[in-house]
Amino acid sequence: MTKYIIKRLLGMIPTLLVIITLSFFIVRVAPGGPFDGERALPEEVLANIEAKYHLDEPVLQQYGRYLFDVVRGDLGPSYKYVDNDVNYYIFTSLPNSAVLGVVAILIALIFGILFGILAAIYQNSWIDYLTMGLAVLGISIPLFVIGPLLQLVFAMKLHWLPISGWYSTGEGYSTIILPAISLAFAYFATIARLTRSSMLETLRSDYIRTAKAKGMKNSTIIAKHAMKGAMLPIVSYLGPAFAGIITGSIVIEQVFRVPGIGKFFVQSSFNRDYTLIIGVVIVFSVILVVMNFLVDIVYALLDPRIAY
Amino acid sequence: MKDNKQPILEIKDLQTHFKTDAGVVKAVNGVSFTVNKGETVGIVGESGCGKSVTNLSIMRLIPSPPGKIVGGEVLFDGENILDLPESELREIRGNKISMIFQDPMTSLNPFLKISTQMIETIRLHEKDVDKQEARKRSIEMLKKVGIPAAEARIDSYPHQFSGGMRQRVMIAMALSCNAQVLIADEPTTALDVTIQAQILELIQQISKDFGTAVILITHDLGVVAGMCDKVCVMYAGKIVEEAYTYELYNNPAHPYTSGLIQSVPRMDTQNKQKKLFSIEGQPPNVIDLPPCCPFHPRCHKTMDVCRCALPPTYEVSEDHKVNCWLYASEEEKAKAVADAAKENDK
Ligand SMILES: Nc1ncnc2c1ncn2[C@@H]1O[C@H](COP(=O)(O)OP(=O)(O)OP(=O)(O)O)[C@@H](O)[C@H]1O
Ligand SMILES: [Mg+2]
Repeated sequence: MTKYIIKRLLGMIPTLLVIITLSFFIVRVAPGGPFDGERALPEEVLANIEAKYHLDEPVLQQYGRYLFDVVRGDLGPSYKYVDNDVNYYIFTSLPNSAVLGVVAILIALIFGILFGILAAIYQNSWIDYLTMGLAVLGISIPLFVIGPLLQLVFAMKLHWLPISGWYSTGEGYSTIILPAISLAFAYFATIARLTRSSMLETLRSDYIRTAKAKGMKNSTIIAKHAMKGAMLPIVSYLGPAFAGIITGSIVIEQVFRVPGIGKFFVQSSFNRDYTLIIGVVIVFSVILVVMNFLVDIVYALLDPRIAY
Repeated sequence: MKDNKQPILEIKDLQTHFKTDAGVVKAVNGVSFTVNKGETVGIVGESGCGKSVTNLSIMRLIPSPPGKIVGGEVLFDGENILDLPESELREIRGNKISMIFQDPMTSLNPFLKISTQMIETIRLHEKDVDKQEARKRSIEMLKKVGIPAAEARIDSYPHQFSGGMRQRVMIAMALSCNAQVLIADEPTTALDVTIQAQILELIQQISKDFGTAVILITHDLGVVAGMCDKVCVMYAGKIVEEAYTYELYNNPAHPYTSGLIQSVPRMDTQNKQKKLFSIEGQPPNVIDLPPCCPFHPRCHKTMDVCRCALPPTYEVSEDHKVNCWLYASEEEKAKAVADAAKENDK
């Protein structure tokens, strides 16, 4: 197992290198540059700026320089937000997105699995229909509809929760609830459906019949015999789900004024802020790669048939 | 001998149907038989005749939907299992009646160690047995069914065992329950002949030592001859003949039974060169069976009456029952034919 983990960790390095390289060159191929404005800058000023950011050097030299900085943990200066460098912007905003994402995924997991299992056990009962109904809603309503809808009901009409804002700017922890629920809804839907169908399939399997033939209680059968097998598809889904949560949060962060990383992802692209774009891409990739790695580990722990 | 026999399990007119797209599959269609204490009853019949479904119905393990037990009674010690609430049913499953399933490859939980699955089986109904003790007993059981290095291998996962070994684990698990009735659904299909003999001997031994009644489902008439006190021959969801083993082999009453017996290769007859006897044709589709003898298209003694009415049960001798028109009187047959004609005219 340890060997497998080390192997997988080492395997991340080339993946990340490819991502960095690709994004480094792709942003430069895109038309426009960071300092093209409405008004063209005077020649000398532009030259000065480009010299300051080493943009006058041959592109391969820039690439080498950038790679060297990244390895040391420095993502470089932002071309647009000149007060601070990319590291600062990312590491002040990322924790907010992370909190939002983790809370959302936890909500989706807990309720998705709970509803999914109940729907499977009480197939064709009201709880099953409720779950499937919610699942259809969750999958079909887009984020930019569900967010404002929740704001309308729970903030403007009922006044139970703040309409927007974020706890880090002193607006209280209750600010997390609405954006997290909005973000979680679609994932809850998918997880509930996945859990229901895989639990139904597991409950029909021969080994569950064996457990029943032993005279085991239904609750014990579910917890001890059925859960592991039924959870495997959920675990596989968590990798892509996390990716979705992060990119999805761009919309939700806008709607709920969450000072997250999503804003920089969008803004930096409009601004051709090369370093900030690549910086955000690197952070997203690291999260994805690490998530996939964790998913594989959990999968291997659950399923003894997987050899590493 | 028959006088001191007490019934432990009585199946009366059991009917289990499956709803499928093609129609209602009457997998078990009025099966009755009795298992006495300590007795071994064999159930034989072609693939698909309903042997497994009969025995799954006894344990109420029919997948529903699509399956449903639509009628009949299963009396264990006089109590109808089919009417019991969940909690009392659990007291019977694995405790009073234990079962060896037909599919060894899929019947063990692939996510749990063999030890976990065996220990839980023992401790489920014997709460005072601690884990250590249950483990010891499990290892003993595994040794008895011929798993080499059982101490070490008990902590393996099922996928690390071969098919035959998994079947033996299933058997060990079912035997460790010390139940009063053991249902063994083709327990030795995946095993080679020496181990097969060993397992069957073990089942026989346990049956003798603990007075366990055994229902043995098999294709192998040789095994039946060696193991069973009584045999039920199933055809298309019904028991067509039931008799003590010796009687059945010597005086098979149903043409299907004699066909089955003749199709077993024998070493002791003169005509070895001759082709093996086989029953022509296929067993019928159990969807929409017409009211006639289901075996008549394949029978070489078919009469008019066989085509138009279901044969009732006749007792050809004491404790030897058969469902076949051959044993009816002429008047009876004539009446059945006339009744069927009247039905048709309507
Ligand atoms: N889940 C199910 N759904 C639909 N039909 C079923 C189902 N299970 C069994 N059957 C049908 O019931 C009939 C009897 O099946 P059963 O498994 O009892 O046969 P069997 O006598 O045990 O055969 P074998 O010797 O091959 O094990 C078959 O026609 C089968 O198609
Ligand atoms: Mg079978």
